[in-house]
Amino acid sequence: MGYTPEMKELIKRVEATRAERIERTRRGEYFPAMTLEEREEVLRKFHPDYKPEGRREVRVGPNKGEVYPEEFVDVLEAYPRIPPERVDFSVLPTHTTDVLVIGGGGGGTAAALLASDNGCRVILATKLRHGDANTVMAEGGIQGADQEVDSPYFHFLDTIGGGHFTNRPDLVAALTRDAPLVISWLESLGMMFDKLPDGRMRVRHGGGTSRKRMHSAGDMTGSEIMRVLRDEARNRPDRIEVMEFSAAVEILKDAQGRACGALLYNMETEEYFVVRSKAVVLATGGFGRLHIQGFATTNHYGATADGLVMGYRAGVPLDFMHSTQYHPTGAAYPEQNVGLLITEKVRGLGANLLNVHGEQFVFEREPRDVESAAIIRECVERGNGIVTPVGRYGVWLDSPMIEELEGPGTIERELPAKFVQFMRYGIDIRKEPMLVYPTLHYQNGGLKITPDAETAVPGLFAAGEVTGGVHGENRLMGNSLLDITVFGRRAGRNAAEYAKGLAEEPGEPTLDHVREFVRELEEAGVDPSRISPMLLPDYTTPDVKMRQLTAHYHGTIR
Amino acid sequence: MSAQATKKIEVIASGDRPILPEGARTVPVYIMGKKYLLPETLTIQKAIEYAGYQFIRACGCRGGICGACPTVWRIQGDFQLHFGLACQTVIQENMILAQIPFFPANKAVYDLEALEATGEVVAALYPEIMKCVGCNTCTRACPMDIDVMEYINAAMRGDVARAARVSFDCIQCGLCSARCPAQIAHYHVAQLCRRLYGKYILPRAAHLEKRVEEIQAGKYDGVLEDLARMDHEELRKRYVEREIEPLDSTGWEPEDKTYL
Repeated sequence: MGYTPEMKELIKRVEATRAERIERTRRGEYFPAMTLEEREEVLRKFHPDYKPEGRREVRVGPNKGEVYPEEFVDVLEAYPRIPPERVDFSVLPTHTTDVLVIGGGGGGTAAALLASDNGCRVILATKLRHGDANTVMAEGGIQGADQEVDSPYFHFLDTIGGGHFTNRPDLVAALTRDAPLVISWLESLGMMFDKLPDGRMRVRHGGGTSRKRMHSAGDMTGSEIMRVLRDEARNRPDRIEVMEFSAAVEILKDAQGRACGALLYNMETEEYFVVRSKAVVLATGGFGRLHIQGFATTNHYGATADGLVMGYRAGVPLDFMHSTQYHPTGAAYPEQNVGLLITEKVRGLGANLLNVHGEQFVFEREPRDVESAAIIRECVERGNGIVTPVGRYGVWLDSPMIEELEGPGTIERELPAKFVQFMRYGIDIRKEPMLVYPTLHYQNGGLKITPDAETAVPGLFAAGEVTGGVHGENRLMGNSLLDITVFGRRAGRNAAEYAKGLAEEPGEPTLDHVREFVRELEEAGVDPSRISPMLLPDYTTPDVKMRQLTAHYHGTIR
Repeated sequence: MSAQATKKIEVIASGDRPILPEGARTVPVYIMGKKYLLPETLTIQKAIEYAGYQFIRACGCRGGICGACPTVWRIQGDFQLHFGLACQTVIQENMILAQIPFFPANKAVYDLEALEATGEVVAALYPEIMKCVGCNTCTRACPMDIDVMEYINAAMRGDVARAARVSFDCIQCGLCSARCPAQIAHYHVAQLCRRLYGKYILPRAAHLEKRVEEIQAGKYDGVLEDLARMDHEELRKRYVEREIEPLDSTGWEPEDKTYL
């Protein structure tokens, strides 16, 4: 296995220019960064967000008239998994708690911990296992301005500049202010941060940062955060009850329009049940598994936009859903690794991006959308991409530079997971470059929230990738793990305060808002076979489906 | 420019269903004993989907880091048992496989604040580690190539730091615990050691503590409020003018220290 002989020939061109590139890097000379005007031009011409095809107007709900990716509109403009008239609350099993958290990733778990810290009983419901989330896949790090040469001021500027000044500034202020508090919280929970011998955090640059503030735990930063938070939640069985394989399918509201729980679905026994609560936190993540514009994705199996659908039906407007992040460096080879995230840390450590001639064509630490657009331009317009045996495009990411710049052993120490994932297929990234291409990585938009993680629906809070605004139209590396922890904590704490502050228990749960949404769908003439939330993607091949003569698919689920 | 370089492709990427090269060879694979003919380049995970399964369990990140898809297999006619992650392992001819998406394991409940980073603490919460028979089956089962027995032995010796470091790549798939004759829940032991190490053995970051105090005292509240109200032109100006810390920044200090 490993690279084909043709690809090995092409790698020689990378090797031919490597020594000189390393020398230049050592002298502090980099490929020139783009001006703001150049950035805007490459984005306009080559970023998938700017393509008019594959988008359409949404015809129902709070954001009626806005234009979103087709695959997302398909789940937004869809009928409930179960018609409201078939739900009889008097017969369904009902659990009661103070705060219901929907979503078992880093954001949901942080919310559960803070809600329990603030004196509330919590049920955390998740459709897969606790911890099955994009959180575990975030490798590169978490930002926080805690060094002497840095401050939340610079973190704010980097974040809003990276987002092309579109971000909601009050959310950016909350994010950058809380960042050191969150890093400190994780440290106190026993997270194994990469540190210098005296305890100082080892920090690095990421794309678009003006100061080194990327904290990491090897190349498993998200995994380490998830392991620690989940273990802490499991240490509180008296206060936090975790329900796995329990997918929320609708938010419940009382007669006063307050969120008061959710309708849930046991993924395995196919039964529906109810959790009634005083407050609800949505932390269900993003939509990578909708494969917007056919892109491969770095996302987790469960990233199917469920929370967006439920929140939207409950009346929460969306913010920035026109914007999707393509990570510049998804693996393009071997085929088994396609879409797999190659952390930005590789570029942070000094690896160049190179075209088929072994030439640099872009500065390695542009914001992600700019970097992605530049790679697409190099392949699609300039014809300088490398073509894989199955016809995918890629450019080289020259990882062997790292061993020379940072010393032998750096790759195994700093990028252990990547090293193993390529060695499995006979590629030694200490000696050979990786082939990369942009991959669908992150949903920039989502439910609109306040800095206190409140939504437009009283009692309904939201945090993390399911929300929009904090990153504007482009997120910087290291700001998503930060987003989920900052706003997860805020959501948990504020949901608890809200629950404790209620003068009386919420009223009887209803699905009237869903009935109203269905009426809108019918008026708009939406195809009645379309059903959401999706819950799981469907990768069954057309051949198999043709032979499943008696199978019934309810949406994408058999 | 080479012909290879100028070749244009219409489809630049395509979802997660595998793209099979023309004439891809299929090989027999036995999913829980039942034979399917599957394209030889696929991972176990994609091959099972190709066969017609839809996962609820045994599928998570699809990228080798979540621990949802531990899988065991033998090659027909060979006594040896193999272990791996379905999303990371390419199928082989005559593979007989089963997945172990869940395995019950004892997790101790504790208050980290009340503990010390000692071997006694670990042994009190997980006394079963002392029954390790040294068979090394756990290590052989680990899909992350972790020296599992070594970190259990380190924990037995009271070397919490070593147990934490050796176990760092653990994805908590549970294959070690499924195989252990001493019924140890290795990955929970490792989790405890890592948290003890992170909290009590690694030195605290003093600069972080200082910054937390500054934030709690409201040092940056005014600056952030100003930024949040600033018009785009001024923000752009400040963004463009901000000093960039160099990659090698030993001893570097910014010229403008107004906002530090």
